[in-house]
Amino acid sequence: MISIHNVSKQFGSLKVLKSITADFDIGNSYALIGPNGSGKTTLIKSILGMVLPNSGSIMMNGRSVIGEWNYRSKIGYMPQIGRYPDNMTIGQLFRMMKDLRANSRQIDGELIQSFGLDKIMEKRMHTLSGGTRQKVSAALAFLFNPDVLILDEPTAGLDPLAVEIIKAKIQQEMEADKLFIITSHIMSDLDELSSHALYLDNGTLIYNDSIALLKEETGEVKLGKAIATIMKRNLSKEAAL
Amino acid sequence: MMRIVKYVALDILRNRFVVLYTLFLLLVTVTMFSIEGNSDKAILSLLNIILMVVPLVSIIFTTIHFFNSYEFIELLLSQPINRRSIFLSEYLAIATALCASYVVGVGLPITFFNPSIDTVYMIISGLLLTFVFVSLAFCAAVLTRDKAKGIGIALLFWFYFSLIYDGLILYVIYSFNDYPLEKVTLALISLNPVDLARIIILLKLDISALMGYTGAFYKQFFGSGLGIAYSIGMLGLWAGLPLILSLRRFRMKDI
Repeated sequence: MISIHNVSKQFGSLKVLKSITADFDIGNSYALIGPNGSGKTTLIKSILGMVLPNSGSIMMNGRSVIGEWNYRSKIGYMPQIGRYPDNMTIGQLFRMMKDLRANSRQIDGELIQSFGLDKIMEKRMHTLSGGTRQKVSAALAFLFNPDVLILDEPTAGLDPLAVEIIKAKIQQEMEADKLFIITSHIMSDLDELSSHALYLDNGTLIYNDSIALLKEETGEVKLGKAIATIMKRNLSKEAAL
Repeated sequence: MMRIVKYVALDILRNRFVVLYTLFLLLVTVTMFSIEGNSDKAILSLLNIILMVVPLVSIIFTTIHFFNSYEFIELLLSQPINRRSIFLSEYLAIATALCASYVVGVGLPITFFNPSIDTVYMIISGLLLTFVFVSLAFCAAVLTRDKAKGIGIALLFWFYFSLIYDGLILYVIYSFNDYPLEKVTLALISLNPVDLARIIILLKLDISALMGYTGAFYKQFFGSGLGIAYSIGMLGLWAGLPLILSLRRFRMKDI
């Protein structure tokens, strides 16, 4: 559904993405793994059109997304750090988003209820804690029932109860044949939530295949261990060069 | 797009700054007409204040507002909305708010005290100046990600057009005063929106005789319908070009 071909991005002299090629198919859930600063968020933002790659192509359903905007109606995005207009209340924010996307077919307000956001609709965004902000971001990402969900560290900063709620929501939506791209540093979460793993290091895609295959290849049962094996292998390869 | 304009405008209205700006303009205008018996003199004094304050407030307020709405822009960019609508909505909302302030603060009282053709020019040039400096502010804002730097660039624009440029013109005229400079200074004035606005009003006020031969030349040019159309057109260009350039830059920007 989304295919990325030879995408490179440079910020000044810093090469953040080095010729990344990957395909994302509907019905699958992709875990985007890598150390801090490996280019995960830049890759996500490139798909969303917030960062424009220096070269390469990004296609969605066979059409290039560079300079386009309509395709974003099919994407729900939960940013790593949700930043919202300070003066707005939660209620106003949701009303505004619904108003701006008045032609969206279905509204899925399930997370608003399960996170209890409906009880604090009058709170202004700048008074919210980091975790509550995350809940707002998550609820917004799922609000328009999109086919593609891009979640940038969805569980970071959430309390254990909220983590379970969002995981249950992701699993429930996965049943409904959607495409998920999830980044996280919590391997056990990704183990539960994803079928494929992409390992990015320093802007290069090192591993890109199903998690089952990764486990089989490395002989590990847990994703965390399997990734650690890949990381070690990669380090020794670098050392050898 | 009008929906986005609505939300940006609501946000600006919630900001007390625009209200303060309106009250300040109102106060200045009413004071000028109260202490000056001669309405031409009042307009002239008012003109000097407005030519300083309108560009300054327009450019600084716009730059700060743009940086403060970064979160909002970021949020909109993840939605199915194109960058041009987001950018132009921001522009329209801010320019409209500042123009409304100008109309209420200067336009209405000045029409009340001195209903004449001069007043119409005063209002038109003030509004055009607002548009020009809002455009320049967008230029300053898209050039950098850093708020302090952006405001610095905006202030530099203002200093340049309000103070430094006049000094440069004077220097040119003084150094080359043996040559006929009318056409050259005319061209030089076109390069500064503040001067363009000033000269329209000065010539309308019939005090151009004070400016000697050059003044007579200007009067002949700017006093005519063609001259007025020229200066309004130039001001339009001054509003349009920076806006187009900053829009192009914004479309290529990484958020």
